[in-house]
Amino acid sequence: MNSILLMTLKRLSLGVITLFVVSLIIFSAVEILPGDLAQEVLGQTATPETIAAFRHELGLDKPAISRYVSWLTNMIQGDFGHSLANGRAISDLLSDRFSNTLFVAAYAAIIAVPLALTLGILAALYRNSWFDRIANITTLSSISFPEFFVAYILILFLSVNNSFFPSLANISDSMPLSEQLYRTILPAITLTLVVVVHMMRMTRASIINVLASPYVEMARMKGMSPARVIVFHALPNALAPIINVIALNLAYLVVGVVVVEVVFVYPGLGQLLVDSVSKRDITVVQAASLIFAGTFILLNLIADILSILSNPRLLNPR
Amino acid sequence: MFTFLSSLRTAPLSAQFGILIICIYLIAMVFAPWIAPYGETEILGSAFEPWSSTYLLGTDSLGRDMFSRIIYGARNTVGIALATTILAFLVGGLLGIVAAVMGGIVDQLLSRTVDVLMAIPSLIFALLILTIVGTSTSSLILVIATLDSTRVFRLARSVAQTVVVMDYVEAARYRGEGLWWIIRYEVLPNISSPLIAEFGLRFCFVFLFISALSFLGLGTQPPLADWGSMVRDNATLITFGDITPLIPASAIALLTIAINFVVDWKLHNASGLKDE
Repeated sequence: MNSILLMTLKRLSLGVITLFVVSLIIFSAVEILPGDLAQEVLGQTATPETIAAFRHELGLDKPAISRYVSWLTNMIQGDFGHSLANGRAISDLLSDRFSNTLFVAAYAAIIAVPLALTLGILAALYRNSWFDRIANITTLSSISFPEFFVAYILILFLSVNNSFFPSLANISDSMPLSEQLYRTILPAITLTLVVVVHMMRMTRASIINVLASPYVEMARMKGMSPARVIVFHALPNALAPIINVIALNLAYLVVGVVVVEVVFVYPGLGQLLVDSVSKRDITVVQAASLIFAGTFILLNLIADILSILSNPRLLNPR
Repeated sequence: MFTFLSSLRTAPLSAQFGILIICIYLIAMVFAPWIAPYGETEILGSAFEPWSSTYLLGTDSLGRDMFSRIIYGARNTVGIALATTILAFLVGGLLGIVAAVMGGIVDQLLSRTVDVLMAIPSLIFALLILTIVGTSTSSLILVIATLDSTRVFRLARSVAQTVVVMDYVEAARYRGEGLWWIIRYEVLPNISSPLIAEFGLRFCFVFLFISALSFLGLGTQPPLADWGSMVRDNATLITFGDITPLIPASAIALLTIAINFVVDWKLHNASGLKDE
């Protein structure tokens, strides 16, 4: 038990170090900006006085290291500074949108994970049958589809030709949950289609990998049904790579949501990020990138820890 | 070339289909000015004209011919993705092999740098960098090539490591061969087949990635025709049940599927598996 605790602590500190380095990169990315941030924001017509005042307001006249320290400490305390474009506090902009992004990502995950596991187990059970072949071809092609293509096909068929679902996912906190779920169903299905393939293939592959082991043969010779062999004997031993790929895909969901949010005009963090990039609103981009990167690193960390927990042999590498 | 053609005859149907599609795209790329009925940025009629004999697929939001722009889009979208992938392979592949051959501090330094770069989701990283350097074709190619070279580095390093421990590499070292000789004549020939397969898959990733960025309005800049931005510019048509904006999107999907089929076949060949 102690070794597991030690391992978790080790991974956790590694994650914190990674996050620290990433924050350093995100911060210094602005430092290497060709030209001056103040000049860039205020335009060519700005007088030297207004530029100096603006630089003072942002603290640009202080050395980079002290600015980094104050930026990071403010971030940790939840103060993300102000938007360059409209002067609003970034934390106000972010809080609602981040929970919206997490909402649609979680919604997709709740559909995608059970679906992928079921399909993967079925494909392993009926491998080399027509079911497996069809699953294989569809998965291979759906990896190749750009996310916006999937999204627009869904809009065309489920929203325009037959008006089952709304094509715009504009939700607000005041709506009841059922209304929110109804309005975000198309983005959720799009995300599900994008991630389910990878998880399903991994489930199938790792179960088939285990099927060659002697204990599976033993179970089969005892006269167990193929379904029982797979669910009770193969699946638990194939769990490590499956958990890993699920967590990786959840991390992908949080990031991949960017394009889908834009298609469905969903008020999430990705939409804000894209808008801010085109407005070159650097402080907002920094804050949003840090949140995305932090979530991504956290989920990868969880993937790492869970896959070691489910396969204790990984505790002692080599 | 001849051996390639004869091996193609025995290839599975999906791979032959893939090769055919890739050839069609290449023809569209090379002969775009001759195939397309109108110019790339020529404004011809009013916006969103329907399909007709003059405008095969109608016109876009600015009154430009859709069909011509799709043909030209092959040049820009595929061309940029190809340039990016080649650059990513030159940088990532070379550094990966160097890290494997030299080992020690060089390997540690390069690998840790790559680890950190890979910890940031690439879409977010690309958006951050593009905010700072601005969106232009050259910065797009440089930024995405840098991000993707980290993935190539990982693969090149790990496959090169299995070759570096071989006796013939050790013999070459004792002969006093230089770093470049070992990379070029000892390691590279032995890792070329996984690298070629990776090139196909990496190209698909880069291609989809650039299309996504263009779709977000942050990739290829107007007035250049690009499949990703064409979808976005004409997306309003979808709400009227018109499928025209889906054509450039399916052009992206079709090429990616074709490449996947060919890579699948190549990998199957390389792994020495026989069909049951």
